Amino acid sequence: MGKARQWDELIKRDRVHQKLYTDPEIFAEEMTNIFGMTWVYVAHESEIPNVNDYKTGFLGKRPIIIVRDRENMFRVLFNRCTHRGATVCREHRGSAKAFICPYHGWTFKNNGELAGVPWPKGYGEGFQKEEWGLKQVRTESYRGFIFATINQDAPSLFEYLGAARTYLDQWLDRYDGKNIVVGNPHRMVYKGNWKLTYDNAGDGYHVSFSHRSLFETAARMGENKDMTYFAENPDYSEMTIQYLGNGHTMIDQRPNYKSTGDYWKQQRPQPGREPYEQMIREKYKEDADRLLDQAIGAQMNLNIFPNLLIIGNQIQVIQPHDVDKTELIWYSTTVEGLPEEINTLRMRTQEDFPAFGEPDDMTNFEECHLGLTIPEVEWVSIGRGLGVPGRQAVAENGVISGPVTDELYLRHYYQEWKRLMSEPYKTASKKGVSAT
Amino acid sequence: MTMESSKVSYYINKDFYESLIEGLKGWEGKSKYAAPDTWREIELLLYREARLLDEGKMEEWLELFSSECLYWIPITPGGGNPLKEVSLAFDDRRRLEDRIYRLRTGYAWSQIPASRTLRILGNIEVWDDGENQVRAKANFMLNEFRAGRQKLYSGWYGYHLKKEDGEWKITVRQVNLIDSDQGHENLTFLL
Repeated sequence: MGKARQWDELIKRDRVHQKLYTDPEIFAEEMTNIFGMTWVYVAHESEIPNVNDYKTGFLGKRPIIIVRDRENMFRVLFNRCTHRGATVCREHRGSAKAFICPYHGWTFKNNGELAGVPWPKGYGEGFQKEEWGLKQVRTESYRGFIFATINQDAPSLFEYLGAARTYLDQWLDRYDGKNIVVGNPHRMVYKGNWKLTYDNAGDGYHVSFSHRSLFETAARMGENKDMTYFAENPDYSEMTIQYLGNGHTMIDQRPNYKSTGDYWKQQRPQPGREPYEQMIREKYKEDADRLLDQAIGAQMNLNIFPNLLIIGNQIQVIQPHDVDKTELIWYSTTVEGLPEEINTLRMRTQEDFPAFGEPDDMTNFEECHLGLTIPEVEWVSIGRGLGVPGRQAVAENGVISGPVTDELYLRHYYQEWKRLMSEPYKTASKKGVSAT
Repeated sequence: MTMESSKVSYYINKDFYESLIEGLKGWEGKSKYAAPDTWREIELLLYREARLLDEGKMEEWLELFSSECLYWIPITPGGGNPLKEVSLAFDDRRRLEDRIYRLRTGYAWSQIPASRTLRILGNIEVWDDGENQVRAKANFMLNEFRAGRQKLYSGWYGYHLKKEDGEWKITVRQVNLIDSDQGHENLTFLL
């Protein structure tokens, strides 16, 4: 499917072509070859905590249902009646033993099997119910994170996560075995390509300029707070940008936080900070600093290609809608078993960057997209760090790291992008999807 | 704009949340509509408030608020549970000042150029809770123009007000968009 493209003409060592962001045909191919052939994050298990719980979402642009079926098994089903095509589930979240198509009443068990159709005698002997179940998508979980892929030949999720798995473990292990619970999302939309967000997620170069309003606001009380350490040349800091393989990237801001209590101290004041801190200190004494730190983000930006961005305490999901329209879904998180005061503080912390930081990024994404529509100016420069001796290091596990403003992550993830886009697309009907 | 009063902020405590959440249960409760004089005072305050926002007079607008106030834009329609949910905004006085301060820095790219807004209030109701406290509710339609496009937002405002030194001050201003849980493009102007 699709014409063989000369990707080498569009992706060069130090630059990529504007068409990658603006060409609707390339976008359509991404929705099969990337948001289809590789593992795509679709839900967290805590969003469907009980048997028969479901949520709806998208795999690329395909409507899906993510369900914990009657046997407590996680399934991803195409939200498409096998009869005439209508979506069978139209709520965001809920609980259901069966999905009944509102069009003609075909009824599916929540494991996808077709349970029955109205007036079955109207169908001849050739009609086999087994054949007409909701189509299933391959799915695997890692520590609560549910992913799906059309690709039956894809490596296991475990293998796919690769070096990113270690960081995901570290993000989860902040809570000493307590589980995170994914809460309500803050959704935001911009008129621009989805990759503008993925590019930005590993970008330590933009922070001091793009978020200058945030820094100045943070300084209005006379103290330096939050990411102000990006303002001085961050290349001389201990922060790194890392390419983790399979398209995954990571900014590590943790070297700025040396001792227990530093996360809490560095955070811009959130509503309720003082009374809640007082309560926590009185109640938990010497353990207070450690707990207060857990109200603050992990200072990791872990970006799991193509759509899962772990940022602070949040789970940000990139949902492409069109070549020039993208939704960012910022899921809040609480932690089961943490003091309720800490979880409330987490909510107020998690309202900070989405209100005061991300909108400036999204405005720049929109303005990038507009600029990138000029066909005569072909190239996007991704060469920062290239050819500068001693800037990059390769670890034993293959992770490539460099100073935090380096664009090495762009150069490497685009190679993975190219690899995926060069593969022939195997349609779902052959092997990738089975009826039961 | 650095106010000594907001260097520390102690009032968003458990009692505050509790009474906020209790207040979401209904507007009528045991209270009666306010008397015509009070009603008129509040109505005029709401109109003035809307005008100040539409004129971009954010600092004057802020003066309408009590030093212990909340500017709240829930995501869950009607309010939900702010103890366990994030909001589009849950600003105490300090964070509300931050919000305005940021817009004034000259580097808030999402508001350069700034939004132009125009809001129409209607269906105003005012309840008298006694002890110089009232609550009010008003529907709104808000047109916003920025970067070549005009957008329409609809919803209702819920207010808690208190008389301080003879003047009505806003203690809670809850902005309820009818599509609060959906994706929006740029809500960085003051709603």
